[in-house]
Amino acid sequence: MLTSLSVPLLILALPLLTGRAAVLDFAAYVLVYGLLAMSLNLLIGSTGLVSFGHAMFFALGAYGFSICIGKGWGVPLSLLTATAVAMLASVLVGAFCVRLQHTYFSFITLAFAMVFANTVDIAASISGGDSGLTINASRLLLGSVNVGAGTPRYWFIAGLFTLSALLLLVIVKSSFGTTLRLVRDNAERAACLGVNVYLTRLLAFTLAGTFAGVSGVLATFLVAGSYPSMAAWTTSGDAIFVILLGGVNLFWGPLLGSAILRGLIDFTTVSTGHTGLVLGTLLLLIVLGLRQSPMDYLLARLRLRRHRPAATGPQPITPADDPALATKARHA
Amino acid sequence: MELSLLVECFSSLACVTTQTVTGLVIALLLFLVASGLTLVFGVLRITNFAHGTFYMAGGYVTYAVYTATGSFALAVAAAAAATMAGGALFERTVIRVVKDSDPLMILLACYGVILIVDDLVKLIWGPAAVSIGMPESMRLPPVQFGGGVIPVYYLVLMAISAIVGLLSWYLINRTSFGRAVQAVSELPSMAAALGLNSRFYSLAVIALGCGLAGLAGALASPMRAVVPGGGFSILIESFVVTVIGGMGSIVGALLAALVLGMTRSYGSIGFPMFTEGMTFLAMLVVLIVKPTGLFSITEKR
Repeated sequence: MLTSLSVPLLILALPLLTGRAAVLDFAAYVLVYGLLAMSLNLLIGSTGLVSFGHAMFFALGAYGFSICIGKGWGVPLSLLTATAVAMLASVLVGAFCVRLQHTYFSFITLAFAMVFANTVDIAASISGGDSGLTINASRLLLGSVNVGAGTPRYWFIAGLFTLSALLLLVIVKSSFGTTLRLVRDNAERAACLGVNVYLTRLLAFTLAGTFAGVSGVLATFLVAGSYPSMAAWTTSGDAIFVILLGGVNLFWGPLLGSAILRGLIDFTTVSTGHTGLVLGTLLLLIVLGLRQSPMDYLLARLRLRRHRPAATGPQPITPADDPALATKARHA
Repeated sequence: MELSLLVECFSSLACVTTQTVTGLVIALLLFLVASGLTLVFGVLRITNFAHGTFYMAGGYVTYAVYTATGSFALAVAAAAAATMAGGALFERTVIRVVKDSDPLMILLACYGVILIVDDLVKLIWGPAAVSIGMPESMRLPPVQFGGGVIPVYYLVLMAISAIVGLLSWYLINRTSFGRAVQAVSELPSMAAALGLNSRFYSLAVIALGCGLAGLAGALASPMRAVVPGGGFSILIESFVVTVIGGMGSIVGALLAALVLGMTRSYGSIGFPMFTEGMTFLAMLVVLIVKPTGLFSITEKR
């Protein structure tokens, strides 16, 4: 509960702590892509569905917002319209996707996203084709404040991020969140208990897509428009990578992962230029060494340490408690 | 959409010949890659997301050996051998470790390999595409057939792909090695009890699958650009082929590759902007109607 409130407070108070534009820009990037990863983690972490096509809803939010702003609509109306479009699309796409599971779910979401990305390319009259849609930052007015640049832009992004993140937190902690984890761990048992597994998955898919749409809207503030790369598979891939870096089991994990990834990309681009080599090696080290996110690993270690002194008398150590033992058991 | 052009093409024998042969070439190359992917899935039940990387590596090895020795045949053989060795190394260092964990971990491990190899080829050969050009030995006058012209290299390529495809089918379905592989894939514990070394067979299958991808990359290199990150689009197309054909089915992969090859070849006339979208649309329809693919082996229950 303490972290749940201290993280948003820190995010909102950042402009008071530092006035440097570079720091605020970096933080804004981390928040936008962090929200994308957190929305995806509602599917991957809570529901156990690995979507490869999450970029589609991100791009829908971005393009929807850019189109509305281009029509001369205000920021609040454009934001609501773009989010509604992303929500509607995720209900429709989800209705087909959540019938499938495991690899097939990943493939069908990828297929939808690729058809969408290709459609964005050819519908140049609406989407601007290769060059995308640019928005005039001076049009981004909220009341009389221009939220298209500088510190007001940061406040706007941070505010919407915090609102969305807290909503996601409420969802994860609610009884619906428990139902999601039940469906993830044992769908048949959930069905026996009277849970409508299909509708539960569809609702999770819709919520994830809607928040991805919000993060897409916020992304247009970073790059002053929407571009085809937002719909590309790499956007979905990076979101999955971010979740791995930050941990599936921590609510704020994807945000941390987003900060780590953005920091690594910025650092390697400036210092060596071999971003792929560094990221790939790091990824392999994590996956082959721990076979889970480093944050999940640390969390499990911490919990283990916290619980051990409390135990009275000798306790059998099961593979679940001890990662080293689990590894041995797997190799046996 | 220029569907009238498509109708026009169908009324001309020359156009039909050219497009069908082009489609066949695309299909057979795709089949070589996808059969490797589907073989690995069929035996080990894992999806090798780094499969496309071996296709790209095959192209680069061909380029390196061809520019060094001047022999294209030697270059292709070297590419196939090198990617097989690379596949074996990949199985030993990566797949064996993550095989039994979460599919997400397998995906991420493969993503790591993709990132590393893409950056390595960029380091060695530069970020721009390298071009091999048509090898000296293949610069022969094209064959005239039914009013259309067919480059000699296309015929060689189709022949090699067909032979390799038949050989791998024979290897899996008609030899003791193939029977052992099938036994390991059906019930690893029973196969192990009968004295089959399942570790050796999974190594062999992944090496073979990666070698097929490398061979396809080598054969495609005179026609397509060899570029860092070039493995991704072929990986996605192979996914489409395996999903449409049914994961694990080699016959299904062949049929799906033919459908896709023809869609691409004729699509480039009728709907040039949406050929990629069309292939994914086909995959979507199959996933919605029959998720396990047209020829699936996964339904064992």
